[in-house]
Amino acid sequence: MASTFWQSTVGKKIVMGVTGLIMIGYLVVHMVANAKIFFGPEEFNAYGHWLRVMGAPVLHHEWGLWGARVILLTSVILHGVSAYQLSRRDIKARPEKYVHSKPRMSYATRTMRWGGVILGLFIVWHVLDLTTGTVHSGGFQEGHPYQNVVDTFSTWYGNVIYIVAMLAMGMHVRHGFWSAAQTLGAGNRTRDRAFKALANGLAIVLTVGFISVPVGVMTGVVS
Amino acid sequence: MKLTLRVWRQKNADTPGAMATYELDGVSQDMSFLEMLDILNEELIVKGEEPVAFDHDCREGICGACSLVINGDAHGPERTTTCQLHMRSFKDGDTIDIEPWRASAFPVIKDLVVDRSAFDRVIQAGGYITAPTGSAPEAHATPVPKADADYAFEHAECIGCGACVAACPNGAAMLFTSAKVNHLNVLPQGSPERETRVLDMVSQMDAEGFGGCTLTGECATACPKGIPLFSITSMNKEWLRATRKVKR
Repeated sequence: MASTFWQSTVGKKIVMGVTGLIMIGYLVVHMVANAKIFFGPEEFNAYGHWLRVMGAPVLHHEWGLWGARVILLTSVILHGVSAYQLSRRDIKARPEKYVHSKPRMSYATRTMRWGGVILGLFIVWHVLDLTTGTVHSGGFQEGHPYQNVVDTFSTWYGNVIYIVAMLAMGMHVRHGFWSAAQTLGAGNRTRDRAFKALANGLAIVLTVGFISVPVGVMTGVVS
Repeated sequence: MKLTLRVWRQKNADTPGAMATYELDGVSQDMSFLEMLDILNEELIVKGEEPVAFDHDCREGICGACSLVINGDAHGPERTTTCQLHMRSFKDGDTIDIEPWRASAFPVIKDLVVDRSAFDRVIQAGGYITAPTGSAPEAHATPVPKADADYAFEHAECIGCGACVAACPNGAAMLFTSAKVNHLNVLPQGSPERETRVLDMVSQMDAEGFGGCTLTGECATACPKGIPLFSITSMNKEWLRATRKVKR
């Protein structure tokens, strides 16, 4: 069963669709939680603390958090490995370009592969910056996420990296969400407008929602 | 009409090819694209040159033999087959680029002719039904709902020309395979092989070296028979259903 999925181009695409939807679900929660930053350091830092005691008293300290991390990391790896293997195959299946060629696909569709690579690199930077603090600009303080976020978005490169990555994320979600609907067999003629609208809506809301944080810091709303 | 044609010339599968330029005069607007190539070939034969090899058969738009990527579009600028494309779609003095289908599963045999037998092997893997031979069955023995009959017919329109593969940036055969799978899977006559059909045809499609689907939609735009992009969605659904039903 598992090998049927992994050996087939259709199966591998289904793996990408499911893991992609898991990550979109996470992004929605992450974006909504980010909005807490506009209500002051106490509320935001308390939320950061809650993530560690999530599921208590059933779950031990940080078990819920690590569970989520394992699911997300597995999703990112499966999504990336599938994309890499399918892309290699696609390039091999069309080795010769047309002499007379014209770009016809939408920008979001054409940038899925490189956009995905940019997002992968961004995730590494984002974790090293705000979770481990390894590449953090100011003095990284464990347990003070509010101050850490303000520090990151007080540097020009922090803002540039974040905003570029969020624009790439928006485009990736735009084609990715609609594609997942087709890959998982949910799309059809009558539902297509709804799926397209949902994909565009998700892309816009997520992009604007995430970018509002660095904009908030830049304009002094968050400081 | 006076035209400049840039045509892909390739002696055989082992020799690298290149674009060659020809000037052609006296082309009528009412000629089909293939008749225009016939005129070019007549001129080439008179000059003692090798005529341009291209696939064609019925010239009525129903057999799926003709191909050609014309100015970057599979079957040219109109939504029809190359044989039903007329020179009135072009202007006097135009330069027209003519290339073969490009996909590693469709190797060039000569000039504009490619080997499409990969499609035959995908059909052999599951594009059939099990039916007793002998006299024609009673027409009312197996009722088919009108909606299902229409759905099957929409997909049965696929003539297997390969324009979907030629247009796809990944050289994928998903639209062809899905048209064939959906055509038979929706009908009662096709239901005994419903699960094995989709699994076997998809796995043969992969084995032939076609690429995967990234849902760019190029295939459905190029298809001369208007097979919808959602055909692929339906096949994915059938494939998922079959993996749950069949234990391998």
